[in-house]
Amino acid sequence: MTEHAAVEAVGLGKRYGSKWALRDCSLEIPSGSVTALVGPNGAGKTTLLQLAVGLSRPSAGSVSVLGHSPLTDARSLLPRVGFVAQEHPLYRGFTVSDTLKLGRKLNPSWDEGVALARIEHLGLPLGQKVGQLSGGQQAQIALTLALAKRPEVLLLDEPVASLDPLARREFLQSVMEAVAETGMTVILSSHIVADLERVCDHLVILSQARTQLVGPIDEIVASHRLLTGPRTDPASVERVHDVIRESHTERQTTLLVRANGHVYDSNWQLHEVDLEEIVLAYLGYGGPNGTGRASSREAVA
Amino acid sequence: MIEFHLDARSGVPTYLQLVQQVRQAVRLGILRPGDQLPTVKEVVSALAINPNTVLKAYRELDLAGLVEGRRGVGTFVSSELTPSPPDGVKELRSALQRWVGRARAAGLDDENMAALFADTVRPPAASRAA
Repeated sequence: MTEHAAVEAVGLGKRYGSKWALRDCSLEIPSGSVTALVGPNGAGKTTLLQLAVGLSRPSAGSVSVLGHSPLTDARSLLPRVGFVAQEHPLYRGFTVSDTLKLGRKLNPSWDEGVALARIEHLGLPLGQKVGQLSGGQQAQIALTLALAKRPEVLLLDEPVASLDPLARREFLQSVMEAVAETGMTVILSSHIVADLERVCDHLVILSQARTQLVGPIDEIVASHRLLTGPRTDPASVERVHDVIRESHTERQTTLLVRANGHVYDSNWQLHEVDLEEIVLAYLGYGGPNGTGRASSREAVA
Repeated sequence: MIEFHLDARSGVPTYLQLVQQVRQAVRLGILRPGDQLPTVKEVVSALAINPNTVLKAYRELDLAGLVEGRRGVGTFVSSELTPSPPDGVKELRSALQRWVGRARAAGLDDENMAALFADTVRPPAASRAA
């Protein structure tokens, strides 16, 4: 383990033509954490991951992984980083055995024991063509290639989006077992929030090319509350807390807030909110009668 | 040895569910002093959850003095949960009964009382956020 953050971005941005795919992204992902990168399609998740592994070059700011630049220190850094791209691309005509051989030839730090143990554990025949395997099995092969590098940081782009519920669970279980064994840092992007609370301890919410919220999931869940009360102007609440979402009926006001203190007006009823509700609020979902404010928000925290 | 299970819809954080299940097992005598808890790896494999969550639960149990982590060996139950003293409970119950009487006299029905009780027991949001 190093004392550096696993991934650190400062003012990071990427522009394609006139459109920013990621803008003003500053964040620090602690070593040993399992971080979910959440946001709708097109929010900038893939862009952020590709910048982190040096597959693309920032238009602004910088990103470092394990204290090194993925562009200038690629040779020493990349063997320490595992990356599984979206749709886990593999050579479909290769057998499982060919695929492992490719991994061995391409990676200086390849651990054949790890690779073979995983293939055996998964019950995959070495002679079978990769293209004939199920989606879940292909995802596991792609994960095996990344894990056999013995990476310190593992980046997974939408790893479970295309998988059925059983394959999702098995895939995430494999990742978690690897974390338990090695203490590696994992960042996985997802547009599906369910399941993330089980496997992740940190969260980054991306929307419209910007980070909306970054932090430990426990703290995020503990600090957000839903307030309901008689219809009021939320200005008094806003002086103390961050109002993420507000909605009103004729008589009632409902606010989703990030609490910055403990004094609540006794007019408000307090309710706990789950992670999914919080994420949706930051992504701009306004609730039944609401107006989302997330779209106009700058990065929080 | 015990097996953990998770209720995704309970709203209770995962680590706290693990803590509660250990406490419950100790209270019921399913786990006794000296018994080993499942290893982090075993819990992770069984539930497909983050190992940091299991570590957090075990750390909290350790801090509470209920279990003891032995480096490289595992985590063991170190003490029994002493049930709350019966005298104290008796007194608290009669105080509560008097309170319920006063609440009824003030016109609160059962649902009102339950809401008031839950609201009072719940710690303020911000103190937990800290």
